[in-house]
Amino acid sequence: MLGGAFIGAVAGLSAACTSNETPNTAQTKGADGNNPNSQPGKKVTIGFSAPAADHGWIAAITNNAKAQANAYSDVTLKTVEAGKDAAAQRAALETLIAEKPDVIVLLPHDGKELNAFGLKAMEAGIPVINLDRAFPDPLAYRTQIKGDNYGMGVAAGHYIGKAMKAKGVSAPIIGEIAGMDELELTQERSAGFKAALATYGFSVANRRAARFTADTGQKEAQNLLQALPRMDALWNHDDDQGIGVLAAITGANRSEFLMVGGAGSRKAIEDIAGDKTVLKATVTYSPSMASSAISLARLIGQNKGMADLVELQVPKEIILSSETITKDNAANYLKLGF
Amino acid sequence: MKRNAALIAVLIVLFGIGAAIRPDLYGDPAWVVNNTWVILQQAAAIGVVTIGMTFVIIGGGIDLSVGALIALAGVWSTTVATQQFGAAGMIFCALAVGLGAGLVNGVLIAYGRLVPFIATLAMLVAARGLAAQISGKQTQISGDRFINSIATTRLLGIPVLVLILAAVAGAAWVLLNRTTFGRRTVAIGGNAEAARLAGINVRRHTMLLYALSGICCGIAAIMLTSLATSSQAAAAELYELDAIAAAIIGGTLLTGGRGTIVGSLIGVVVFSTITNLFAIANLATEVQNMVKGGIIVLAVLVQHGGFHESSLSAWRRLYRRGSRLERSLHQQ
Repeated sequence: MLGGAFIGAVAGLSAACTSNETPNTAQTKGADGNNPNSQPGKKVTIGFSAPAADHGWIAAITNNAKAQANAYSDVTLKTVEAGKDAAAQRAALETLIAEKPDVIVLLPHDGKELNAFGLKAMEAGIPVINLDRAFPDPLAYRTQIKGDNYGMGVAAGHYIGKAMKAKGVSAPIIGEIAGMDELELTQERSAGFKAALATYGFSVANRRAARFTADTGQKEAQNLLQALPRMDALWNHDDDQGIGVLAAITGANRSEFLMVGGAGSRKAIEDIAGDKTVLKATVTYSPSMASSAISLARLIGQNKGMADLVELQVPKEIILSSETITKDNAANYLKLGF
Repeated sequence: MKRNAALIAVLIVLFGIGAAIRPDLYGDPAWVVNNTWVILQQAAAIGVVTIGMTFVIIGGGIDLSVGALIALAGVWSTTVATQQFGAAGMIFCALAVGLGAGLVNGVLIAYGRLVPFIATLAMLVAARGLAAQISGKQTQISGDRFINSIATTRLLGIPVLVLILAAVAGAAWVLLNRTTFGRRTVAIGGNAEAARLAGINVRRHTMLLYALSGICCGIAAIMLTSLATSSQAAAAELYELDAIAAAIIGGTLLTGGRGTIVGSLIGVVVFSTITNLFAIANLATEVQNMVKGGIIVLAVLVQHGGFHESSLSAWRRLYRRGSRLERSLHQQ
């Protein structure tokens, strides 16, 4: 009977998406008067593929890509449904290649499994922009743009470290609520957090792993609060599960510590700006990278470089810096919340 | 009784382990009382689901769709449209969705002659899909103060969620032990063919059992929405397995015909206590899952009085009973 265990659906990956308003405001970059690249240029056809949305972050990726492409009069976007797994995505990509797009933007189901496709497209003369989940082989992409999970942890660790030093807390009690523990990205986030805290001589007192959902966030937080009757700081990896974490904190009437979130959902940014909860900051892992990937694809298709850089071509790799959103800069980030 | 005593012994041992690891916390009576409420509160939603599951299993079936139904009921009751109708509208919606989906399960199994495992597995997949569709894969925040306050309110010092669980459990105990409905459930699970010959409408009763499980999912959906102040398609992940496991270690026979509400409740509390204890001891989730697995095996071994009734023969009986149930349904 417990064979049913195998049915255990693997839920979302990195997830953070909080909205009741269904139409997502996309994260796009509009025309910028001083940027020569914003002038319409050669027509570019961009092929785009990302896994079917199973959670808000991926949904935001696809929405952003479409919205950014719409913002350019010289870009035609051809999206193909990537289906459920790497095999389905590979099949979909074959049809995309046949349509001969100028550039392909690809968020693979799995970087390793679709590496061969990247190679094939590159050999066929179609530059590939590899989005977020990295191809191991540098020959398989023209440009790679991805988020920085380790950096997220580092940013959270530094924020907490500095805040504790500023408060004069010499041996803070720090809690951590991670996301799905079996994912590499969760391990990277925790490793970055640990390393950054260590530079202040701090360490994590208790670490719980939730499942990127609000109900598991609530459960783990409620137990964590029991384990640590007094706490100085808490890092929660994901703003989506953070809704549940905050509910648990409210339910327990606790407010003696500060909390840092992760990902940068609109709800979290609003909470930080409002400054009425323990949530004082969040570290980003933004799906805005999809918009940027479309912009990079356009530049590559038009054989242009990034206007502010000296180089005439788009760089090979871009790793987004994980940014720390606090009350002071929340207003700037609100449009990037998802 | 012996079974429940064994589980209570497990709870005492768990408490002892906690006290040994964190004497600072367990030495504080106020903390211990509060922690007990936390454990019971965390057992509340899954407890209600387990009660519904206990009825289904006693009646010779299985319901794999409970987690998905909680997610569907939760998501449906927290859409912007539903929230306009206030707390009463949200509660009605969750219960109606749970009941409706439970009835679909019941009709498919009792009248469509689908094996419960297959019918509810199909419902699991479909309900998660529908929930994702309705929510647009977004986390839907509950803006209703009343709903959100359910989980944070205490009456006479007792968390409201625990009171809801107690009320559901009390009603379920009466239903199972003091009514014809309960006796019929046991009779059908024990021997569907004999029950049919005795004049019980096996099909209608089977359908009602799944509807009951569905309503329990609706109640649990409101509880979970209140706890997390939100709902999403991925909520209540693997609740079906937790509920089945809790019912089993509580002494419910997977092959049907036997089980108790009290046993199932203690089963839920054992798992909830383990989760709590592991957090307090700062141990990783994977270790916790291994211990949970071990406890399931041990509990069933104790109940069977050792290896006399091997799992193999239990499977064989399960299979035979399944085909008997199928035959009796065909003959109706």
